[in-house]
Amino acid sequence: MLKDITIGQFFPGNSPIHRMDSRIKLLLTVAFIVMLFLAGNIYSLCVGIAFTILSYVISEIPFKMILKSLKPILPIIIFTSILNLLFIRTGDVYWEWKIFKITEDGVDTAVFMSIRIICLIVGSSLLTYTTSPIDLTDGLEKLLSPLKKIKVPVHELAMMMTIALRFIPTLIEETDKIMQAQKARGADMETGSVFKRAKALVPILIPLFVSSFRRAEELAMAMECRCYHGGEGRTRMKQLKLHLVDLIAALIVAVFIAGVIAVNIIAG
Amino acid sequence: MSVIKAEKLSYIYGENTPFRKVAVDNVDLDIDEGEFIGVIGHTGSGKSTLIQHFNGLLKPTSGSIYIDGEKLWEDKARLRAIRFKVGLVFQYPEYQLFEETCYKDISFGPKNMGLSEEEIDKRVRETARLVGLSDSVLEKSPFELSGGQKRRVAIAGVMAMEPKVLVLDEPASGLDPKGRSQILGLIRDYHKEKKNTVMLVSHSMEDVAKHCSKILVMNNAKIFCYDTPVNVFHRAEELEQMGLAVPQITRVFNRLRAMGLGIDDDVYTVSYGSELLLKKLKDRQEGAL
Repeated sequence: MLKDITIGQFFPGNSPIHRMDSRIKLLLTVAFIVMLFLAGNIYSLCVGIAFTILSYVISEIPFKMILKSLKPILPIIIFTSILNLLFIRTGDVYWEWKIFKITEDGVDTAVFMSIRIICLIVGSSLLTYTTSPIDLTDGLEKLLSPLKKIKVPVHELAMMMTIALRFIPTLIEETDKIMQAQKARGADMETGSVFKRAKALVPILIPLFVSSFRRAEELAMAMECRCYHGGEGRTRMKQLKLHLVDLIAALIVAVFIAGVIAVNIIAG
Repeated sequence: MSVIKAEKLSYIYGENTPFRKVAVDNVDLDIDEGEFIGVIGHTGSGKSTLIQHFNGLLKPTSGSIYIDGEKLWEDKARLRAIRFKVGLVFQYPEYQLFEETCYKDISFGPKNMGLSEEEIDKRVRETARLVGLSDSVLEKSPFELSGGQKRRVAIAGVMAMEPKVLVLDEPASGLDPKGRSQILGLIRDYHKEKKNTVMLVSHSMEDVAKHCSKILVMNNAKIFCYDTPVNVFHRAEELEQMGLAVPQITRVFNRLRAMGLGIDDDVYTVSYGSELLLKKLKDRQEGAL
């Protein structure tokens, strides 16, 4: 049923990574991506792999989740590997058939690229696994706040994101209810041509739209009743504060980046 | 003849997950045609889950259910046809309205049944009359109407399908006292006129006592009892233990009886109560003379 859809991939826990400040986590994720792209050869990439494994061990996220995050990008990995295999034509030739040629350099690049993409996805998924969506938008708002100087409505954007995330489960429940009600009136959504099925969605979408607007209006009214007037001078219940964990994490990332560069120089 | 029959019906939410919850537990039920049944139970006692089984919106985890003698879920293709036999009005049904005019919205169900144009027109006009909607309202958009009127349109939308069994999940919730009694009144009129089976889920003991011929009490996913109002309210103490109150008038008379007023009958409607009291007073006056 619709209820099985999970939005966001937050996996609650109490590891050091879960306790980290969301701003630092965001920044370190960016640093991690930079680290992976700095890696120029397979040896320095190993440092990146080591970092990915280390952070998963610390975060106590089950192995199953890693596979789950990889599933949607599997086609991309296969596609880039095939391209690399077929179109890199330098180096020793392993196998040749008509115009197709697989070379040593091709295999090397394909493996290198695949590992890099896997590390990239697995590593950055850790951010959404260990940070609740609300914390994430909070951190994003704080990080982007310098943009307020050039009149970017950062607070409003973050508020919209928070509200949208908050209402996804509510809307799913609502859709479920309306679907049941229309099915009880004999609406048929499972059979017929594509056109017929698209038409059968009308009795669900219209009530859903109507109730979304009603909800939005009610929420706006409720927020106004509590004197909400945007981000100006607003304080927070949950203050973002830097802790020792954040410092240590930043240091570890710095050490690994330095490691990648060092290995690059030695092996290159 | 029984129109709805459940045998060892169980439904479990989230089987094999940490959120596992038994919503309906091994329920046996036999409902005769033409009854007006009140379904009562605490929030979370499984009433809503149970009624959603009656027209195949939920598939029982175990056990079976028969509508009009036909076993549900035996043949999936027949499911839609069976759904037309049991009309289900959900809570806050006005949130399902979607058409441009009330007329079109009421005709959505009959249209899905594949009826002829004339038959649809006849049914829409008849149910509109039954729920007290004038012709001018029928041409309006349902989104222009007041809450009470919207609800009538939504209920009419299910009634127009002329189901053998009409199930209503708290049709009067969120309405003012006047709207409440109007909605309940029109449901009773419908029952009187069509002689179809009606099931009314409600929180209000007064409403159920006033209208229903049988009462089904649910408690902790099980059926506590299914009996006539007299027999159900006779077990006032047990009902109160599970957090359900008997009608206020019954409580008053139970107190009076405890204080020594010689009334043996169980009283659960105000009209019957006042009749009894008047008779008692008359007897006493005559005795004094």
